[in-house]
Amino acid sequence: MAKASPSRQSAFHVLTGLFSLPAGARLGIGPTIAAAILLGIVAASVCAPLYVPYDPLAMDSLSRLRPPSDAHLLGTDQYGRDIFSRVMTGGRVSLLIGVGAALVSVGLGLAIGLVAGFFRAADGLIMRIMDSLMAIPAILLAIALVALNGPSLGSVIIAITIPEVPRVVRLVRSVVLTAREEPYVEAAIALGSSMPKILIQHLMPNTLAPLIVQGTYICASAILIEAILSFLGAGVSTEIPTWGNIMAEGRSYFQIKPGMIFWPGLLLSLCILAINLLGDTARDLLDPRLKKREG
Amino acid sequence: MEFKSRDFSDAARVLKIRGLKVGLAGRPEAAPVIDGIDLDIRAGETHCLVGESGSGKSVTSLAIMGLLPRGALEVRGGSIDLEGVEITQASAAEMRGLRAMRLSMIFQEPMTALNPVLRVGEQIEEVLNMHTDLSAADARQRTLDIMEQVHLPDVERIYRAFPHQLSGGQRQRIMIAMALVLDPHLLIADEPTTALDVTTQLQILKLIAELQARKGTALLFITHDMGVVAEIADTVSVMQNGRIVERAPIHELLTAPKEDYTRKLLTAVPTLAPRAARPDARGGDVLKVADLEMVYGGGGVLRRGGGVTAASEVSFAIGPGRTLGIVGESGSGKSTVARCIMRLIDPTGGAVHVAGTEISRLPRRSLRPHRKHLQIVFQDPYRSLNPRWTVARSLCEGPINFGTPRAEALAHAAELMEIVGLPRDALRRYPHQFSGGQRQRIAIARAVAMKPDLLVADEAVSALDVSVQAQVLDLLDDVQAKFGIAMLFITHDLRVAAQICDEVLVMQKGRVVEHGPAANVLSDPHHAYTRTLIEAAPGRHWDFANFRALDTAPAPGPKGETA
Repeated sequence: MAKASPSRQSAFHVLTGLFSLPAGARLGIGPTIAAAILLGIVAASVCAPLYVPYDPLAMDSLSRLRPPSDAHLLGTDQYGRDIFSRVMTGGRVSLLIGVGAALVSVGLGLAIGLVAGFFRAADGLIMRIMDSLMAIPAILLAIALVALNGPSLGSVIIAITIPEVPRVVRLVRSVVLTAREEPYVEAAIALGSSMPKILIQHLMPNTLAPLIVQGTYICASAILIEAILSFLGAGVSTEIPTWGNIMAEGRSYFQIKPGMIFWPGLLLSLCILAINLLGDTARDLLDPRLKKREG
Repeated sequence: MEFKSRDFSDAARVLKIRGLKVGLAGRPEAAPVIDGIDLDIRAGETHCLVGESGSGKSVTSLAIMGLLPRGALEVRGGSIDLEGVEITQASAAEMRGLRAMRLSMIFQEPMTALNPVLRVGEQIEEVLNMHTDLSAADARQRTLDIMEQVHLPDVERIYRAFPHQLSGGQRQRIMIAMALVLDPHLLIADEPTTALDVTTQLQILKLIAELQARKGTALLFITHDMGVVAEIADTVSVMQNGRIVERAPIHELLTAPKEDYTRKLLTAVPTLAPRAARPDARGGDVLKVADLEMVYGGGGVLRRGGGVTAASEVSFAIGPGRTLGIVGESGSGKSTVARCIMRLIDPTGGAVHVAGTEISRLPRRSLRPHRKHLQIVFQDPYRSLNPRWTVARSLCEGPINFGTPRAEALAHAAELMEIVGLPRDALRRYPHQFSGGQRQRIAIARAVAMKPDLLVADEAVSALDVSVQAQVLDLLDDVQAKFGIAMLFITHDLRVAAQICDEVLVMQKGRVVEHGPAANVLSDPHHAYTRTLIEAAPGRHWDFANFRALDTAPAPGPKGETA
């Protein structure tokens, strides 16, 4: 058993304690590369306006479908737009949708899941609603929403979020259902803590570790779904370049200009691969079975 | 009291361990877990390995079975000789041949040791199919035979049962049948009765002794319970920190222990002689329970009537500074009563008066102000503190809920740390940095921080080692004396009840069968069930702390005089 030993609690220890990370856990080489790639893509996309040589929307009818050159690093598309500028800028929207959908689903799912898990009266009703939401296919919903409201970032995020929320709710609910039986939660009830305090201070921290993992998967799948939607023409407006609609437009010129599909596709795949790999790593690190008793 | 202490010097040696060392795999610099132990067990002998948690008892048994967790523990040196076979050098295939045929093992928790999706008869038969060439009909017959031998009723029906359909005692009988079906020469039993009720424990101990006598099996029995040791051991080895510190025949060990550590272990065992009731204190009752009833599951819209009655017609009262113990076996409803009083569950009938207020019907919101009058300490010290919170935050949670300023609550928490015997700087640490006993002290401090009138201790010392248990019981006594708290002490352990309770209430199947001063109930029980419980308490005729038989002990006087 762990013997009491004097130790100072640094911010790092508090953080690792919060997520039950074994202190000093080392990342393997795979996750390190994944993190580097992801950081690179995110930084390049966020900073794109600072360094891309052309306006991603500026057409130039004199230089259409040019091969890569000094002036156009990856060549130009059928309207003479610089592919490099478009791909780098396109990442911004794709990543925004990924992160946005992940945050919204996790946030909504956490709130609903806590309530469903703790208040047995609300549980049945909430879970049946969640079951029916799960039956809605994301892509059909997106097409319907876009048809109603016109293509916009908001419609796409809503369409991706709605089917994801029930999954998060189920996850949070299951964690809360087990944690609420813990004696320390009963002790808190006996100490007169109010329900919101018990929910937020005692139960919620238990859900954070699995939520971080779930969040990375939602993020990756949202980026993918956005690309699919754009490819089908149901995504954000073609005014805004995203990896999905760059590829969609490149479809007809695939044989003469494969770069229009290749480069955004490459970044998309790398990005999703990296996020999923990091998600797996987080899952392994946060797995309670690997939890160490020693501090 | 009679001990076995038979002489085995002429019997064949079954197991011979010399200088066995086990260490953490891949960390040769770390301290060994088992540090050079020697052990001999002869045919027909019962050798008990006793020690507190972490002393290396279970690791020893796993090493003998060749079951050390790969990549975590490894044999560093020494030899384990089982009738001429060197186990430390044996290959996996050789070990498979030895297991069940030559040596086998019974585990603590029969529910997890049995496969929940296979019929128990098939699980016994599997052992036969693995190791013998018996025909299907013969294997089945042999299985039914061994099930008869472990005294299972209606073996044909139980053969087809799944583990969850059997009681804990029946499951442990199945485990024993499985272990003994091939007549192994060495049986290792790792705390086989710890998870069972005392009456079941007694039956299982008798069964093991009977089968051992019939088959001449050598038995290595691992336990932390000195009472069990007194009942069954021929020879005892006391382990501490991976070493055997003392080895002696049972009578010698209990009457004249040589080592300080053995002495300390024995002195910590509470005696069954009850303490004298303290004088009834002035003032009214702190807790008054009248006709408490708890029925689970009955009376839904679709399921009319027919619930499970976990408690009914439970009535008692506790005055300030006094302790009432509720004893009973698992399923007797004692924890249900505690949880009803704490309003962690809502009782279906009866009344609970705490500090003059009837709380059993109060809605949650209006109940909250009354929460500070009653506090609870749970059984499992590893789960009763939020692992993400510092001790300070846990201790201040309650007082802050009731409007104490944070600084004042912190100052009080620091005082409490001293009262429960922990350093002040423990406040900044997290629960995982403490041992089980220390965590239980923190849990007690957290309860006392509320300045309650009533403290409910639900099996609060059951998960602790016996020496730690004695310290925590002393602490509870001190706290009670200092603050005049009334205490409701739930336990399955009559020794603990005898040591701490003024009054004892015995529960069986949700009903109170006997209630009175501890001295009366424990020394002169009137109800048959109470008598059964007391007779089943292992080693009940022995006063471990004073190294003599209990019959010669003086009549119970006030606490302090007998010790």
